[in-house]
Amino acid sequence: MSADTKVEARDVSVYYGKKQALFNVDLDIDSRQVTSLIGPSGCGKSTFLRCVNRMNDTIEGCRVQGKIRLDGEDIHDRTLDPVKLRARVGMVFQKPNPFPKSIYDNVAYGPRLHGLVSRKDETEELVRSSLQRAGLWQEVEDRIHEPGTSLSGGQQQRLCIARAIAVRPEVILMDEPCSALDPIATARIEELIDELRENFTIVIVTHSMQQAARVSQRTAFFHLGILVEEGDTEKIFTSPTDKRTQDYITGRSG
Amino acid sequence: MSEHIVKSFDEELERLRGAVQEMGGLAAEQLELSLRALLEPDPELAEQVVEADSEIDALEQRISQDAIRLLALRQPMAVDLRQAIAAIKIAFDLERSGDLAKNIALRLPVLKGFANRGTLETVARMGELAGWQLHDVLRAYSGTDPVLAREVWLRDRQIDDLYESNFRVYLTYMMEDPRTISAYTHLHFVAKNIERIGDHSTNIARSVYYLAEGVPLDEPRPKGADAKTAYVDPPAET
Ligand SMILES: Nc1ncnc2c1ncn2[C@@H]1O[C@H](COP(=O)(O)OP(=O)(O)OP(=O)(O)O)[C@@H](O)[C@H]1O
Ligand SMILES: [Mg+2]
Repeated sequence: MSADTKVEARDVSVYYGKKQALFNVDLDIDSRQVTSLIGPSGCGKSTFLRCVNRMNDTIEGCRVQGKIRLDGEDIHDRTLDPVKLRARVGMVFQKPNPFPKSIYDNVAYGPRLHGLVSRKDETEELVRSSLQRAGLWQEVEDRIHEPGTSLSGGQQQRLCIARAIAVRPEVILMDEPCSALDPIATARIEELIDELRENFTIVIVTHSMQQAARVSQRTAFFHLGILVEEGDTEKIFTSPTDKRTQDYITGRSG
Repeated sequence: MSEHIVKSFDEELERLRGAVQEMGGLAAEQLELSLRALLEPDPELAEQVVEADSEIDALEQRISQDAIRLLALRQPMAVDLRQAIAAIKIAFDLERSGDLAKNIALRLPVLKGFANRGTLETVARMGELAGWQLHDVLRAYSGTDPVLAREVWLRDRQIDDLYESNFRVYLTYMMEDPRTISAYTHLHFVAKNIERIGDHSTNIARSVYYLAEGVPLDEPRPKGADAKTAYVDPPAET
């Protein structure tokens, strides 16, 4: 593990009942970098992502083996509270999923829950700064008490990102965050990801090779539950080492 | 290499490669004909070479347009990306080689009555070497063969050495008889053009190597004497 490793996965295997979905994955995720996870549908990208904040614990029949360390600390340690872990490792999903509450409350919910804010002016300030960082503030500043669900898809996704960063996580996991968005909304999110990289470690699952190439510094290719190849994004997309990677990213049937 | 799931993508890449190969064949032919025209000498053949150059130019245009369209519409990755870039770069080097061959043919009027067969034949041999280099690098391209590409790249030194020694010979002749200065200057340009064609083949060799291996060919190459240092003492004053 290098000094810049934020998340370290060692020999991680995941089972859903008897079915094994991930096989002995070793992967280091660098601090303050964007790492993209790519690979064909069903190869285990989301499964891996859910290991990092122990979301798999909530799935019935799902069993995780191996070690995952956050800043060198075992996330499966008994003394580690999964709720606290999820505050440190936030998640943004494919489909924007704002709570059925106001824009304001969507962002304020997490910080209140984790006791990051107590006074009203503190909450207001955090909501505003989170929305600003998510690039949404200007568009919602005069309708902050309208329901989050009244926003467009792209705005809702930025709201979910604002919600995720409001609790000041260290790592943000994003599972296909742009798959339902148009090119302009996608570009906004990608620009945002690039800005967030300054302060957060980001892991993004995407089916768009171009998006992985645009936003990430590191890329990991999964195939049938195996981590096939991992390296600098530039290297993966110009001259991958493994034939399976090459076939996948060039659209060959193998 | 397995096939693309989208079949028309394979067809487009194949068409691009085909056009580059066609262009390579034309450029090699132009070099050969321009030298033959010089040796014979055959003004009609030289004229033919000059006219045929536009065909190579047109092919280069088509290749770069097709490659740009492929980049925009297919957004190729990995080996496909390298394939599109290689086509653009190789077409550029072939177009320049064609221009240089045309330039050789254009010098025929001055060199037509040239008496020194020996120097002409030496230049033609140098041209032949450059022709082989071009043929080999095109073979490396068609077989995506990094080993052959590297060989071509290393062999360029022979042409460079010939070019240097020719230059010394010309300097000597010109000093002996200043009436030959014009002819030898033109002959020197012919040799220079051939040497440049050799350089374009080494560029192509690099492109083929990168296409095949995904890493640049950047080991240091043994370098011959430098033209800048070629120098012959003037005859002693009497
Ligand atoms: N809750 C679950 N119960 C049982 N099997 C599951 C569950 N979630 C995922 N799997 C299985 O685990 C494997 C990996 O699934 P996962 O969702 O991680 O793939 P993915 O790479 O994210 O695919 P996609 O690109 O389609 O989102 C698949 O075979 C899938 O069927
Ligand atoms: Mg998934």
